[in-house]
Amino acid sequence: MEEILKIEHLKKSFDDLTILEDINLSVKKGEVLVVVGPSGCGKSTLLRCINGLEDIQEGKVILEGNIINPLVDRKSKYREKIGMVFQSYDLFPHKSILENVMLAPLKVQKRKKDEVKKEAEQLLDRVGLLSKVSNYPRQLSGGQKQRVAIVRALIMHPEILLFDEVTAALDPEMVREVLDVILNLAKQQRTMLIVTHEMAFAKAIADRVIFLDGGSIVEDSDPTSFFTAPKTDRARKFLNTFEFEKVH
Amino acid sequence: MGFDVLLKGKNMLRLLEGLGVAMKISLVSVVISIFLGIIVGMLMSQKKPLINVVTRIYLEIVRIMPQLVLLFIVFFGFTKLTGKNISAELSSIIVFSFWGTAEMADLVRGSLLSIPMIQYESSKALGFSRLQTYIYIIIPQVARRLLPLSINLITRMIKTTSLIMMIGIVEVLKTGQQIIEANRKTSPGAAFGIFATIFLLYFLACWPISCLSKYLEKRWEN
Ligand SMILES: Nc1ncnc2c1ncn2[C@@H]1O[C@H](COP(=O)(O)OP(=O)(O)O)[C@@H](O)[C@H]1O
Ligand SMILES: [Mg+2]
Repeated sequence: MEEILKIEHLKKSFDDLTILEDINLSVKKGEVLVVVGPSGCGKSTLLRCINGLEDIQEGKVILEGNIINPLVDRKSKYREKIGMVFQSYDLFPHKSILENVMLAPLKVQKRKKDEVKKEAEQLLDRVGLLSKVSNYPRQLSGGQKQRVAIVRALIMHPEILLFDEVTAALDPEMVREVLDVILNLAKQQRTMLIVTHEMAFAKAIADRVIFLDGGSIVEDSDPTSFFTAPKTDRARKFLNTFEFEKVH
Repeated sequence: MGFDVLLKGKNMLRLLEGLGVAMKISLVSVVISIFLGIIVGMLMSQKKPLINVVTRIYLEIVRIMPQLVLLFIVFFGFTKLTGKNISAELSSIIVFSFWGTAEMADLVRGSLLSIPMIQYESSKALGFSRLQTYIYIIIPQVARRLLPLSINLITRMIKTTSLIMMIGIVEVLKTGQQIIEANRKTSPGAAFGIFATIFLLYFLACWPISCLSKYLEKRWEN
């Protein structure tokens, strides 16, 4: 299958501190990659390097055959081809839900208002939020806000979607509604890179699991082998932190 | 009570003219303060060391010096230094703008820094350019925080204009005193009525502005 994203020898450091070292990754169209690893291992940084929120010290990020390192190509319009949803709620508080979704396609892509509005309403309907179009972010629950954030990314027609622990800040009862939306995206053959701590979800959605530890990719395998027979001790130890021993 | 004195001759008109002088000086100063304050505040939010030191000193001077002292320094000091006269009105505008710019800059800096980093980042991630990010996302949010605060600054300026009579400007309070002096013989109790009227005039000038600020705050709650 066609390769969409390729990362070659990526190195990222903050001053003297190296966070990511020699990262190599290739993502095919329609593939769902789940990135797991202990807190602080550089998962967020990796996603941020991919869509240019961080500059990189070495290596290349290649999207559809074009190098998109922010250093090479600062004004890259490729950024709109990469959709990203963050852990913290990041809707624009002064805009209604509909305006939040419509702003980027109107101003960045300069698309026609009627067409954008129609698509925005369709997408919001699909995540069950059509009734909220004229509400403001503060009137929504955390789960609803994250669903809007997903729609706001989708309406740009991105080639690849990046999710950075989008349910980590949610109350437990709202996690499901957001994960269901992402599961649906997988059914539509969307290309996605998902950072998550929800292991059951990871197992269900992943085509490949990337285990990141100490700033490099330690394992890159299919979900069944990763979750049942991890190759490395580090991965085994990491997975153990999600298990509980029986008390009695 | 002294209200009758107000109806004598042009007394009421004179008081209103006095208020007009005060309003004019504060409005001109506010416009200058907002304009310069936005520029200085944006510079301050850049967190550059040199700019930081300079603006900190500036802010501290404004905070420590009573406005009256600043007025005297500018009005009398300028003449001493250059031998040229500077009008009292211009002196007041300089001092009020000097003060207002500092306050405004601090408000702008605070509002800019209160916008979470994630607002910039998600805008960038959606493909907005830097300019677009400011136009559509950052400035509207900053303005919402800033406007009620800067309106508050306007009312404080109008109130503080009562100081400018100390350098000879005949504003509303000074006019009141003149009227009381002139009528000391005929109606010795006029002071109460005059000051009550002045109170009312200040209130009428500032109240609608306060209301506007409350209204905007409510409207922009989100
Ligand atoms: N702007 C930054 N400056 C310095 N260090 C940072 C910065 N951002 C992240 N880090 C460090 O990089 C490491 C990886 O962070 P992150 O990518 O957020 O980890 P994860 O998402 O896997 O929890 C952490 O040790 C963090 O402290
Ligand atoms: Mg993270």
